[in-house]
Amino acid sequence: MTPLGSAAAIGLQAISRIAQLVAVILVIATFNFVLVRAAPGDPAQVMAGQSGASDPKLLDDLRKEYGLDKPYFVQLVSHLGRIVRLDLGYSYRQRRPVVDLILERLPATLLLTVTAFCLALLIGTALGALAGLAAGSVLDTVFTVLSLVLYATPVFWLGLMLVLVFSVTLGWLPPFGYETINVQLSPIAHALDIMKHMIMPVTSLAAIYLAIYARLMRSSIIEVAQQDFIKTARAKGLSGTRIVVGHMLRNALVPVVTVAGMQAGALVGGAVVIETVFAWPGLGRLTFEALLQRDYPVLLGIFLILSIVVIVLNLLTDLVYRLIDPRMTTGAA
Amino acid sequence: MNRREFTKAMLACGAAIPFGITRAAGQTRGGTLNTIIQPEPPVLVTALNQQQPTLTLGGKIYEGLLKYDADLKPMPGMAQSWEVSPDGLTYTFKLFPGITFHDGKPMTSEDVVFSCMKLLVETHPRARQNFSRVASAEAPDPLTVVFELKQPFAPFIGCFDCTSAPIVPKHIYDGTDYRKNPENDKAIGTGPFKLKEWVRGSHVHLVRHDGYYLKDEPYLDEIVYRVIPDAASRALALENGTVQLVQWSDVEFYDVQRFKAQKNLEFTTKGYEYFAPHQWLEMNNRIAPMNDKRFRQAVMHLIDREAFSKRVYFGNAKVATGPISSKTRFYDPNVKRYEFSVDKAKALLDDMGLKPGANGKRAEIKYIVPPYSESYQRAGEFFRQSFARVGIDLVLVGTDMAGWAEKVGNWDYEMTQNLLYQLGDPALGVARTYISSNIKKGILFSNTQGYSNPEVDKLFDEAAITLDAAKRQELYSKVQQILVEDVPVAWTLEIEYPIIYDKAFRNIVTTGIGSHETFGSVYKS
Repeated sequence: MTPLGSAAAIGLQAISRIAQLVAVILVIATFNFVLVRAAPGDPAQVMAGQSGASDPKLLDDLRKEYGLDKPYFVQLVSHLGRIVRLDLGYSYRQRRPVVDLILERLPATLLLTVTAFCLALLIGTALGALAGLAAGSVLDTVFTVLSLVLYATPVFWLGLMLVLVFSVTLGWLPPFGYETINVQLSPIAHALDIMKHMIMPVTSLAAIYLAIYARLMRSSIIEVAQQDFIKTARAKGLSGTRIVVGHMLRNALVPVVTVAGMQAGALVGGAVVIETVFAWPGLGRLTFEALLQRDYPVLLGIFLILSIVVIVLNLLTDLVYRLIDPRMTTGAA
Repeated sequence: MNRREFTKAMLACGAAIPFGITRAAGQTRGGTLNTIIQPEPPVLVTALNQQQPTLTLGGKIYEGLLKYDADLKPMPGMAQSWEVSPDGLTYTFKLFPGITFHDGKPMTSEDVVFSCMKLLVETHPRARQNFSRVASAEAPDPLTVVFELKQPFAPFIGCFDCTSAPIVPKHIYDGTDYRKNPENDKAIGTGPFKLKEWVRGSHVHLVRHDGYYLKDEPYLDEIVYRVIPDAASRALALENGTVQLVQWSDVEFYDVQRFKAQKNLEFTTKGYEYFAPHQWLEMNNRIAPMNDKRFRQAVMHLIDREAFSKRVYFGNAKVATGPISSKTRFYDPNVKRYEFSVDKAKALLDDMGLKPGANGKRAEIKYIVPPYSESYQRAGEFFRQSFARVGIDLVLVGTDMAGWAEKVGNWDYEMTQNLLYQLGDPALGVARTYISSNIKKGILFSNTQGYSNPEVDKLFDEAAITLDAAKRQELYSKVQQILVEDVPVAWTLEIEYPIIYDKAFRNIVTTGIGSHETFGSVYKS
């Protein structure tokens, strides 16, 4: 197939996937609604419970305000109608539009997760590749043990240990938050301040994923190294660097990209823990708090956004496969 | 004598009370107090939301007419003096002159009448109960407010602190949908601190209200409330000085001990006299075997509450002897005592016919663990071991806040743990748990266990409208004796939450509501 034909095939696949995406989103929105509402309790009870005082009027007023006094089916239709109008609704608890809440928290979470993801992917694959290429050596053993330890370390524990060492004991890094509160800083100083605050949460979040990618890349490299085409490449007299970069890495990356694509969504799950430990004002914490409060509109809004993100990432993963390995393009094999 | 001819014998006016009782020489202006707010409040308007963190933070922004000292005696708040008619029906408050809202508009008696009679009765369950007893409220002049009650209500004077009756601006709320008013985000009050910035998920920044009516106050320039959701991280924040004050359950009880030893920190359990958190093991009185008084008495015997205080709350609690806290008015220590005795518990269970089966077990009971802090989980474990000693299997069931609220509110439980505030007077915070008229399905913090005793109802009703303190004591002593005999719930502990703060700060605790107070007089030495 010509490069042009290959690009057209990829484009057609992309359009087909986008059409599927819209249908999937509506199904997911319905599923989310049913799932979230299946949990016991309602936001009015939670709010009354936390106030230490309650009476029928308060509960009735809150349920009426939240629209929870309407039949379940009417609430579902109203929810889907809002999605079609690109309206995520209004937070029960914070009494603000959900989209505002998400947009307010999204930058902090993106900064945290994207940085952690990129670092984990880059460093993890590089270390994994080095270990794989030097399989059986001391270096490989050290990498393997290290990645096993990182993989087995609970994220919250690592976070707290980092705080204990680098904040409490050494006093090098700020223990919590996204930025220094209550100071006037120049834009550059502000950026540096945020970076300083990011070091420990990013390290904690990246550690486990780094270990996963490193282990995956190592085994993938070892497997690819034994393939016939590598032997052929060697027989052809290609240089070691060209074999590694042009043949081994490219093929070994496929499983890593698959897992990375799937885990990008899971990163938000990890972010809940890290955002809690480091008081990081992100989306993960908003999700957790909304879940505890049964703040349905916020939960449904976040779930919807995350579902879309996961779907888009899967789509991108599929596309990246085809770039890495042209044999995966329809009709090319 | 006309009702308006007041006697001077009733509660004294503010001018006679040395308002600056907590003041010391050498207060200095300036400084920032960093502290914790957890969980993050949904809104800062205390008239609209009464969660504990909202009250802690909103207490700096919104004020009430009165404050209450550690003995729960009224002190001037925004009212500089007050008088009560001899028949206990008319309450007249004189406001301090020159009080302004944070938007610069004057606060007058019209705002007080609007807040108490229109807004709070719509949005604040506690205030609704209190102000529904008012026949009329008038503002004869900008600095005078007069409440006429339908019938005497003895604790009415105790209903005006900043958590029970916060005053909001009429010019912002009148004629609007209170809960959806866009000005809610600005949190306009009269307090010594006003809202500068609220970065959700991160912090709330309060700065001094320059137009505050009390000379020199507030002393601090600003207060920053940081949102730190993880308990271990909050403890670290106090340890390394990121925050200089923690309150309520900001730090877990197992961490309190080490902070007591930290030299730069001051520790106190004062400042909870008004709320007097009272804890019990709640038993659904509708279900066997909890419907038998002997079973409930056995429960009182089988829990070693001294050990419970030491092991679960690390000594930060006092054994509760009955329904009224020792910090609350009309507490009577002379009631039947249930000493820890497994034998007595077994004898009671045998007597009611709940004997061990072939497997040595008498019963299996589901216990819902409240999800509020780790201490509740530990408490559940302690109870499980205690019940096992007499052959009762306590099955611990986990849930989250919403699940717990629904199960307990709808009486769909066998046992759980509960904690309520006493609010300074048995008529305000105690009766609600035991009177039959408050058995309301779906409503938390009502008589959820379903206890009903007409004599108890009558005594609580009579005590609420009796003005003579000695007579009230008599009635409440009687009700305490009956309740301790009936054991509608198994009272466990009076929880003594800590307030831990950097010694550089003074006047942190000045009243019976502690860290909920305005902090106008707090200064950094």
